Amino acid sequence: MDFYFGLAQTVGIHTLLGLSAYIVLLTGQVSLAQAAFFAIGAYSAGMLTVLAGWHVVPALGVGSMLGAVTACAVGFPALRVKGLMLVVATLAFGEGVRLFFFNFDYQVAKGGIRVGPLGGEGFRQIRFFQEHGWTTGEVMLFIWVFVIAVMALLWWFDRSRYGAVLRSVGEDEVAAQSVGINLTAVKLSAMTVGGAIAGAGGGLYAHYTTHIEHANFNVLLATFAIAYPIVGGLRTVFGTLAAVIFVQAFLVEGLRFLGDWRNLLFGALIILAMNLRPHGLFGRHGA
Amino acid sequence: MLELKALSRYFGGVRALDGLDLTVNEGEIVGLIGPNGSGKSTTVNLIAGLLPLTAGEIVFRKQPLRDVPVHRRLQLGIARTFQNIRLFGQLSVWQNLWVAQNSPEDRSRRGFFSRWLGGQTRGREEIAQLLEFSALGHKQNELAANLSFGEQRRLELARALAARPKLLLLDEPAAGMNAEEIGQLRQRIVDLRAKGITIVLIEHVMELVMGVADRIAVLNFGQKIAEGTPAQVQSDPAVKKAYLGGS
Repeated sequence: MDFYFGLAQTVGIHTLLGLSAYIVLLTGQVSLAQAAFFAIGAYSAGMLTVLAGWHVVPALGVGSMLGAVTACAVGFPALRVKGLMLVVATLAFGEGVRLFFFNFDYQVAKGGIRVGPLGGEGFRQIRFFQEHGWTTGEVMLFIWVFVIAVMALLWWFDRSRYGAVLRSVGEDEVAAQSVGINLTAVKLSAMTVGGAIAGAGGGLYAHYTTHIEHANFNVLLATFAIAYPIVGGLRTVFGTLAAVIFVQAFLVEGLRFLGDWRNLLFGALIILAMNLRPHGLFGRHGA
Repeated sequence: MLELKALSRYFGGVRALDGLDLTVNEGEIVGLIGPNGSGKSTTVNLIAGLLPLTAGEIVFRKQPLRDVPVHRRLQLGIARTFQNIRLFGQLSVWQNLWVAQNSPEDRSRRGFFSRWLGGQTRGREEIAQLLEFSALGHKQNELAANLSFGEQRRLELARALAARPKLLLLDEPAAGMNAEEIGQLRQRIVDLRAKGITIVLIEHVMELVMGVADRIAVLNFGQKIAEGTPAQVQSDPAVKKAYLGGS
C-alpha cells in the first residue's frame, strides 16, 4: 500500500509543478523558471521547519509567497522578451538559482547534529512529517489537499473572465492589447500565480523526500514542468493531471520492469501520444 | 476630435506615411482611400498605437497620444478592427466580447473582484445587445474560429464596440464580403454614427465609402493628394489618375 501512497505523492507534487506552468502557458509564455520557483519554495519551507521549528503549514505559506515574489520580480524584465528569448532568459534564471543553492551553506547545530543546507551536499533531515508521526497515507492526503485546492482555483479562473483574458493574450497579443488588455499586467499576474503554486509544491516536495539538493531542480525538472500541460493539453486543468499520471505512473513506474529499455520507450511513447493527440491528452479534436 | 499633424512613419528608407494632416470632427464618418501601399493601414496602426511615430503628432480629444500605450488608447475611446481578422479563435463568440469590455465605465463600475473573477453575468446585457446588433445571437457559444468569414467580420466589429468607443477605426471592413453583406455593413455603420460614434473608414469598396462618408481623404505614396466630399473627390483629376482610374 505504501508504494501506491508514495506514487500518489509523486503524482500530486508533479501536478502542482505542471499547474504552475499551465497558467503561464495559457498566456502563451514558455517559462523554464518554474523549477527555480519550486526550489525556492523547497529550500525556504524546509529551513523554516528545520531551523526555525515552524509548523509545516505556515512554512509552506512562506515558501509559496517567496515563489510568487520571485516570479513577479523575474517576470517583470523577462516578459519584455518573447518566444525563444523568454525561454533562454528563464532558463538562465533557473540555472542561476540552482547554482545559488549549490553554493548555499547555512547550517546550525541542533541536538548535537548540524542541520540546514550545505552546498553540494544538499539539505538533509527535513523530517517534520516523521518527527510528528505522520503516516505515508496522511502525508499523501495532505499533499492532495493542496493539489485539489490549486486545481479548483485554476478551474474557477478558467470559468471567470480572468481565464478568458489569459487565453486571449495567449492567442493574439496584438488583438488583446487592441481591445484594451494590459499585456504586461496579465502576463505578470499569471507568472506570479504560477510562482506561488510552484513554491508551495516545492515546499511539499522538500518535506516528503526529506532530502533536497541543487541537482533536483535542474533543467530536466523545468522541462517536465512545461511538458505536463503541453502533453495534457491546455483545455482544462485535468489535462495536466492526466499527463502527470501518464508519465509518472505509467511510463516511469509501470514500465520499470523493462529496465534500461524503459528510457527508450519513454521517449517513443511521448512522441506517439503527441501524434495521436496533438492537442494534448485532454485537448480538443481538430482546430 | 482627432487631429493628425504631419504624421510620418518610415520603414527604413520607405516612407509609408509622409506628413499626413487630417482632422476628424466628432460625429463624422471620414473615409480614407488610396491604392494598396499608400499608407492607409499604417495610419490606423499609428492611431491605435501599434507602430511608433517617426515624426508628427496625434491628438485625440486634446490629448497627445505619442506616449500612450495601446491598451490605454482603447480606454480613452479609440477602438479598431483589423484588415486581416484577428479574433480569439479558441474563445467562444460570447467570450470574445466579454474580454473586450474594458471601457472606463466598465472599469469603474465593477470592483476588481467582479471585473476579473466574476462569473458569466457581468455586462451580460450589453453583450446580448451587441450580439443582436451583429446578428450573432444564435452563435454565441460557438468558437470564433468556427464562424464563417462574414460572421467573423461582424464579431470583430462587435468586439470593437464592446469597449463603447468614441472613435472607431475600421480597416477594410468590407473586404471579402458579398453585395448583400456590404449592404448590411453599410446599415450598421450608419446606425453607429446615429449613436454618436465617430468613424474613420478605410475601404476599397467605393460604393460603400462613397455612400456613407461625410468626407474622404485620398492617399497616394504616403501623402494626401485630395480631401473633400465624396463628390469632390470623385471628380478630382489627381485622384482619378492615381486611384479611381478610367474616364
